[in-house]
Parts: sequence; structure tokens; C-alpha cells
Amino acid sequence: MKLITAIIQPHRLDNVRQALTDIGINGLTITEVRGYGRQKGHTEIYRGAEYTISFTPKLKIEVALADDRVDDAISAITQAARTGKVGDGKIFVFELLAAQRVRTGETGENAL
Amino acid sequence: MIDAADTAWMLTSTALVLLMTLPALGLFYGGLVQAKNILSVLVQCTAVAALCSVLWFAFGYSLSYSGDGDWLGNGAAFFLGNLTRGAVRAGTHIPESVYVMFQMTFAVITPALIIGAYVERIRFAAVLLISALWLLIVYAPVAHWVWGGGWLAKMGVMDFAGGIVVHVTAGVSALVIAWMIAPRHEFPHGIRPPHAPWMVMVGASLLWVGWFGFNAGSAVSSGADAGMAMLATHLSAASATLVWMAIEWIKFGKPSLVGAVTGTIAGLATITPAAGVAGPLGAVLLGAAASCVCYFAVWLVKRVISVDDALDVLGVHGVGGAMGTMLLPFVSLLGAGGGHLNLAVGPQFQAQAIAVVVAALFSAVATFVITKLADMLVGLRVNLEHETQGLDFATHGETGYHINR
Repeated sequence: MKLITAIIQPHRLDNVRQALTDIGINGLTITEVRGYGRQKGHTEIYRGAEYTISFTPKLKIEVALADDRVDDAISAITQAARTGKVGDGKIFVFELLAAQRVRTGETGENAL
Repeated sequence: MIDAADTAWMLTSTALVLLMTLPALGLFYGGLVQAKNILSVLVQCTAVAALCSVLWFAFGYSLSYSGDGDWLGNGAAFFLGNLTRGAVRAGTHIPESVYVMFQMTFAVITPALIIGAYVERIRFAAVLLISALWLLIVYAPVAHWVWGGGWLAKMGVMDFAGGIVVHVTAGVSALVIAWMIAPRHEFPHGIRPPHAPWMVMVGASLLWVGWFGFNAGSAVSSGADAGMAMLATHLSAASATLVWMAIEWIKFGKPSLVGAVTGTIAGLATITPAAGVAGPLGAVLLGAAASCVCYFAVWLVKRVISVDDALDVLGVHGVGGAMGTMLLPFVSLLGAGGGHLNLAVGPQFQAQAIAVVVAALFSAVATFVITKLADMLVGLRVNLEHETQGLDFATHGETGYHINR
């Protein structure tokens, strides 16, 4: 099992959700996060003074899935989240050691 | 003799002017600070309003409006001891009780305006001490000089609703305190942007409406003077709003909300002294001048002299009030429905300029002494840990936003 953590532009969330649903991946968790990469934040101007917003709002998506679904999921997220501009985000994949569904006690891939 | 229409309008105006402090100024300033300091600003506005009301009853009104000495009122109205139910304020047709209350709302908002200079780092005890001393040592005498029959009034200085008495005194004092308390630790490059621009707009809009009481109420009657003052006030605010937006649009490519409503306030502060004199055309011109000059003044204070007057009290209020006071003789020439059309421009300008300079110097020196005293007695700043944590929790034990329950 793998855990995919993707950092995306907040306004691409609906696209990403749809793309994952389309390939049969049901269930994801999102968190509102702030951060920067090559985009290096942006500036805002109030009363003529520039303020540097170093940490830009992003969404973090977490999806747990079976090993054979990882490549599909990565390409679905990539396509759905991409605008082509700097700041589109990143995708990370982790080994997932265990999973358990709270309600039934099912474990492993059955719990996903 | 008491006039019912005058009294009704002055009761209404009084309510409008209190609204300018509670909650308008609180929201205007509160939206401009960081989320961790929103409550501290609201507490400061509330506490200053309450404290200055009680001090106005005890000493302030008497020192400003009792007797016609050159320098200061007398003590005859301390604790409003000589106020009777039926007393009529001399020179007006309203009960003295209403006059006391109307002027009280001015005595409340003027020290509250200064809050914008020292937010996000001041000790709460220092807020109370400075505001109390400032009301009695700076505001009361200057109000007496200009409005209470003192030496500036005798010199013919015209300040319809407080360009000098409110905005110059508050603006200059704000700069002095901001300089003495030193900048916020992130100043200038690490300062975070306003946490809630929408709240700034709500506050500014309430100020705009409240200002009708401030300016049109300063006619102390319900007739033609009040009507013209309200018209001039609104037009100046509208014109200044457009011009500030235009400046930002041209300079940065985007007209911002915070900029637009800052223009509104600049236009309102600038028309304040001249609301009784400027006609509609003069008001539109004053409003346009307000945004051009105040925009530059804000930049000058922050970037050139590098004083952390955090919410631009001098740049917007002080400079606007001073400019309106000095331009008053000139806009009176435009007529177009204004009053006092036969002013002698030269001598009037001289009197206005003297009043601005004297009020500014007096405010600066007296505020310096008051702030030194507060520093010795209670200390001016919270420690760095509390400043970083935010005054809401560090000073008041509360948190403004519990978004995640």
C-alpha cells in the first residue's frame, strides 16, 4: 500500500477530485496548508506598501491506495492539477505500513 | 430657548459620533492588524471610550467649555456639578446636557484615533494612562482654544468640526508615541498585511455615516448649515475614495479595497474643518487633494522617516486635518453654496496656519512628556514573547478566532 500526498493549487481541488473519482479512487483527505517552492510566495500591496506573502495558501491531498493504483492516481492528479504555471504543486509517495477501518476492523487493502 | 428641531438633530448626531468609535473605529483598525491582535484593538477602543467619558464628566468638559479664559476653561463645571435639567448652552438652542454629551463623543474618539499608532505592541496600562492624561492635558486645552472661546477662537481661527482639535492633535501625538514606543519587531520588512480587509471596509463605511453626525452636527443646529455640511462631507469622501483608487490603479495596476476606504477616511478628515465653509465644488476638490497628499504622507512616514505609526494616524488623519484647515480660506472663494463667503483669504490663512502649527507643537511636546511619564510608571511595551504571541491572548486572555473549534 502507498500513501500519496499531493500539494496542489486550491482552485484545482474540484478537478482533482473528479479525476480520482473517474478512475475509481474513492476517498481522500484534504488539509489547508501554506508553503512555498519555486514560486516563492507573492507580494500584496496595502496603502502603497508591499507585503511579502512567503507562504502561499495550498491544499494538501492525502490518498491511501493499493500499490497497483499508484501510477494511475499520480497521472490523474498531475493532469487535473496542472495549470502550467509555477506553483502548481508536487506529489509525494510514501510506503504505507498498515491500514484499518475503524467501523469493521478490516485491515490492509480491504480497509482502503 | 430650547429648539426642538435643533435638539433632535443634536441627539441624533451624538449617537452617530459615538458610533464612529464603537464599533466603527474598532473595526477599521481591527481589520488592519494581525488576527492575533484583533481583540486588543477592540478592547482598547472600548476602554478608551469608557474612560474618556468618565473623565469628560469629571474634568474635561469644564476645562474645555466652562468660562472664556484664553488658555483653559475654569473648574465651575467639574463633575458637571452646576448642570441643571433646563440649562441651555450659551450661543445655541439646545440643552446643555446635549452639548455636554455631543462634545463627549468627540473627546472619546480623539484619543481613540491615536490607538492606530501603537497597536500590536503596547501595554494595556499604558493605553489607559496615556489616553487619560492626553485627554486632560492635550485635548481639553486645544478644544478650549479653538471651540471654547480661547485665544485661537478670539483670533478668528475656523475649525468647523475638528481639523485642528481632533485630527492635528491626534495625528501629531500618534507620531510622537509611535516614535517613542519604537517599531513593532518585524518593522519594516516583516510586517504582516491586514488580517481582514473586509472588516476595514465595514469600519470605514460606519465612519463615513457617523461622520455626518460629526460634521453636520457641528453646526449645533438643524438648519441650512447642517445640510450644507452633510453634503460637503459626503462629496469629499466620495471624491477622495475615487482618487485614492485611481492612484493605486495607475501605480500598481490594481485598485484595492483597503486603499479605497483609506481614501474615504482621508477625504472625511480633510473636509472636517472646512465642512461649514466649503460648498459642493470645494468639497470635491478638497477630497481629491486629500487622497493625493495623504497617499504621499503615508509613504513618507513609513518609508522615509521610518516611524511605525502602524495604521497611519498621522498620514491620514493628521495631514488631512491640517490640509483642510489651511485650504479652508481658499475653498471659501469657490462659493457654490458654501458659507462665510466674504472671508479675507490672506489674514484667514495666516490665522489657520498659526493654529495648525501651534496645535501641532503643543501636542508633540505634551505627548512626549505624557509618554515619558507612562514609560516610567507602567512601561510602554509588552515583552517580545507577548508581542509574538499576540496581545489578544497575552494581555487579555482571549482569542479572536476559534476556527477549528
